[in-house]
Amino acid sequence: MSAHTRDAPPNDAESLTRVVIRFAGDSGDGMQLTGDRFTDVSAIFGNDLVTLPNYPAEIRAPAGTIAGVSSFQVHISDHDITTPGDVPNVLVAMNPAALKANLGDLSSGATILVNTDAFVDRNLEKAGYDTNPLEDGSLDAYTIFEIPMTSITKKACEPLGVKPRDAERSKNYFALGLISWMYSRPTEPIVAWTEEKFAKKELVRDANIAAFKAGYNFGETAELFDHPFEISPAPLPAGHYRNVTGNIATTYGLIAGSQQARLPMVYASYPITPASDILHELSRHKNFGVRTMQAEDEIAAAGVAIGSSFAGQLGVTATSGPGVDLKGEALGLAISLELPLVIVNVQRGGPSTGLPTKTEQSDLMLAMYGRHGEAPMPVLAARSPSDCFDAAFEAVRIALKYRTPVMLLTDGYLANGSEPWLLPDVDTLPDISVPFTTEPNDGDEFLPYLRDPETLARPWAVPGTPGLMHRIGGLEKEDGTGNVNYDPDNHDHMCRVRAAKVAGIASDIPPLEVNGADGDELLVLSWGSTWGVVDAGVRRARTRGHNVAHAHLRYLNPFPENLGAVLSAHPKVLVPEMNLGQLSKLVRAEFLVDAQSLTQVRGVPFHAEEIETTILEMLDE
Amino acid sequence: MSDDSTGSVKFTRKDFQSDQEVRWCPGCGDYSVLTAVQLLLPDLDVAPENTVFISGIGCSSRFPYYMNTYGIHSIHGRAPAVATGVAIARPDLDVWVITGDGDALSIGGNHLIHTLRRNVNLTIILFNNQIYGLTKGQYSPTSEVGKVTKSSPLGSVDFPFNPLSVALGAEASFVARTHDMDRNHMTEMFRRAHDHRGAAFVEVYQNCNVFNDGAFAEITSRDSRESMLIELRHGEPVRFGENDSLCVVLNEYGEASVAKADEVEASRILVHDEKRRDPSVAFSLSRLAEHPTQPTPIGVFRAVERLVYDDELERQLAQASAERGPGNLAELVGSGATWEVSG
Ligand code: SF4
Repeated sequence: MSAHTRDAPPNDAESLTRVVIRFAGDSGDGMQLTGDRFTDVSAIFGNDLVTLPNYPAEIRAPAGTIAGVSSFQVHISDHDITTPGDVPNVLVAMNPAALKANLGDLSSGATILVNTDAFVDRNLEKAGYDTNPLEDGSLDAYTIFEIPMTSITKKACEPLGVKPRDAERSKNYFALGLISWMYSRPTEPIVAWTEEKFAKKELVRDANIAAFKAGYNFGETAELFDHPFEISPAPLPAGHYRNVTGNIATTYGLIAGSQQARLPMVYASYPITPASDILHELSRHKNFGVRTMQAEDEIAAAGVAIGSSFAGQLGVTATSGPGVDLKGEALGLAISLELPLVIVNVQRGGPSTGLPTKTEQSDLMLAMYGRHGEAPMPVLAARSPSDCFDAAFEAVRIALKYRTPVMLLTDGYLANGSEPWLLPDVDTLPDISVPFTTEPNDGDEFLPYLRDPETLARPWAVPGTPGLMHRIGGLEKEDGTGNVNYDPDNHDHMCRVRAAKVAGIASDIPPLEVNGADGDELLVLSWGSTWGVVDAGVRRARTRGHNVAHAHLRYLNPFPENLGAVLSAHPKVLVPEMNLGQLSKLVRAEFLVDAQSLTQVRGVPFHAEEIETTILEMLDE
Repeated sequence: MSDDSTGSVKFTRKDFQSDQEVRWCPGCGDYSVLTAVQLLLPDLDVAPENTVFISGIGCSSRFPYYMNTYGIHSIHGRAPAVATGVAIARPDLDVWVITGDGDALSIGGNHLIHTLRRNVNLTIILFNNQIYGLTKGQYSPTSEVGKVTKSSPLGSVDFPFNPLSVALGAEASFVARTHDMDRNHMTEMFRRAHDHRGAAFVEVYQNCNVFNDGAFAEITSRDSRESMLIELRHGEPVRFGENDSLCVVLNEYGEASVAKADEVEASRILVHDEKRRDPSVAFSLSRLAEHPTQPTPIGVFRAVERLVYDDELERQLAQASAERGPGNLAELVGSGATWEVSG
């Protein structure tokens, strides 16, 4: 752990309140690393920030093509922000394809830094340019800075004895150095990180640092730029911070759940984008008693987690949509066995393989209903990268207390996006342990399905406990004894009891908070990762003088007890979702409200402006 | 349960019998497997509460309901995965997997091979009756080509798996075969499998008297056993038949075949070595009989020691704790670059 001090910004810097920068290049150009580093240093500097990584599904898509473009957008500001920014102010384009793929997202007047060395005929052709955009006047509406990034980088690395081909790879560090100068970032954290990261590859380390410094000095000495900019630290609540992605926060939330439940975790999963980082991260923390297993397939991962829960540990699995399809039968088994289990679904674009690296919220119905039979399961969704910590912890709590599988929905945007995280005081986390049953519960007998009258949870007696041996399975069972039972009335009863158990969780979760007032003409109801943009869109509508309320659902099943009342307190309801209207269908069916949908499945988050525009349109009607 | 004179607790068959009525068809081979297991368990000196039976779906998978131990009747084909979860979470437990030819080799083939490859500490008993019983008589992945069933009225055109060849190909460290007509042999195989550290795989030829009656009768009936069953014994020449008149030899390619003992030199008779690291000879033996109508080896084909998945997982946990100390949550969440915002 280290806390860095801030370098004083240069005297001549112009102050900005916020800026949105997008680094774009070929997927081999290291744009994700560049964005990550800029983000980290901005976080350490004290800005508020939100990031939006965007990369192709192919590991090495054809170099130089539009399909191979990888980008990383970061929004930094001197005040509280909740979105990665609708429109970049600055684009760093490492090659023609990166320029072409991103130009449409810029507004006129935007600043573009291009690596001119990459604007050669072959690359222009691969990007589909007939003429060189740097020469044909098509970029006149923008402020263009033409910089031979590759050749300056090579020159900077020459004294180190780095081969020119290898030196070329450090050009992302040149861009990072230049942007760091432009926005008055401290250099020390980036240098320190690089020294540690590439400690074993000395030449790479030295080349990167040389390129970084060359970029920084280029900004200072080249006469291209008048002056740098400065974005002051944001007045965030006092405390200790770090930057965190959703997948890392999910991991920590699961570990915290396991610690606070005093139950070792068994985590089994199969590699899948964008959930694999949870497996990678958990595998590094075996000293927390976490057993990780890379299973042979998605089904086995769920089976292993169920087996460990039966054995008295915390069974967890994570995946993305296609994996949830495969796990469906096992989830039904867990519902029937009434064992704790946490399933994280890092949603991505579907159907089928769909858009593996792009975000979507289209698995809500899958989470709710994607199993045969009456198979109810609690469903939670995280709203921001750091919120994944709390959401994962809550999923563990509910799973253990109610002996039920719980699905936690995150998505690609949350998983890879990051934001500053006010570190929780882990000493204040609640104890969520649940006692195992160790004694017969019916005279001398042990009845594995004799329920707690309050929670309707069944007893959890784990192997090794004398006298409580029992067999459970996927066949319908008699309530109480758990014996196989095909009686029609018993089955009807069991289906209703399982449903009532899940529905009853509503009394154990906080009521839905409304940001706004009863009677506001419009309520925007959101869930999951759209929280940030919806919040921003609502704020914009309010600054225009409109009375708009916003409520955000963490709990999708069961809904908070007051949701019906909240909905009926507003004449109009808008539900924005990155799907084709799944939550809106649920609330319409459940509450008979005329909720309007705003939907898109473009693989990227909404823009706050879209939310604002739709609000204004609905208020106009 | 009873206390013997030394004061240690001895279990009896009754301790392992549940109160559930056994519901297989009368005459089904499953009964004798159940009896063999229930008679063996008291001998293993593992308490019922430390014993777990996990099954998939199929006739044999009802097995856990009849055992007074912990158990899960899970979903079709997934028993090895669920059992792996139990085994890695709780290395202190004795975990058994009960499965059938459809369960383990068709819908659950993937889990079976990977569980064997990983060498998870489980005892897997595969009831092979070469038919789907519970779904009322379709051909299974071990049914012979040409088999006429409800789903193959003109005869099956599916080439069958040889379960032992599959297990050996999947790097199983313990592979054995037995049959439902010989309780002593079954008991011996189950005991050996149980005592093996790692994944132990036992195929049981089991008669489904309703849908595939007599599938193994040509080799397992009392009067044919002597000439049709080849009992493998570690360290002994492989001989069988009346007066040991028959034997098994390997040709120059390592393929096993049956020969008349008095027609080959004694030194050419295969001496069985279950501990051979290379599985090739065991594989040849597994393929000696193409159908259970030809002389068929039974016994332990392979029993070798190699790293056990659950042990290795435990070792890594212990290593991580030794190197980094027990996990500290505050340190974990505050790892990486952090900064302070003062109010
Ligand atoms: S159908 Fe066959 S295998 Fe199943 S219980 Fe009946 S006899 Fe046994």
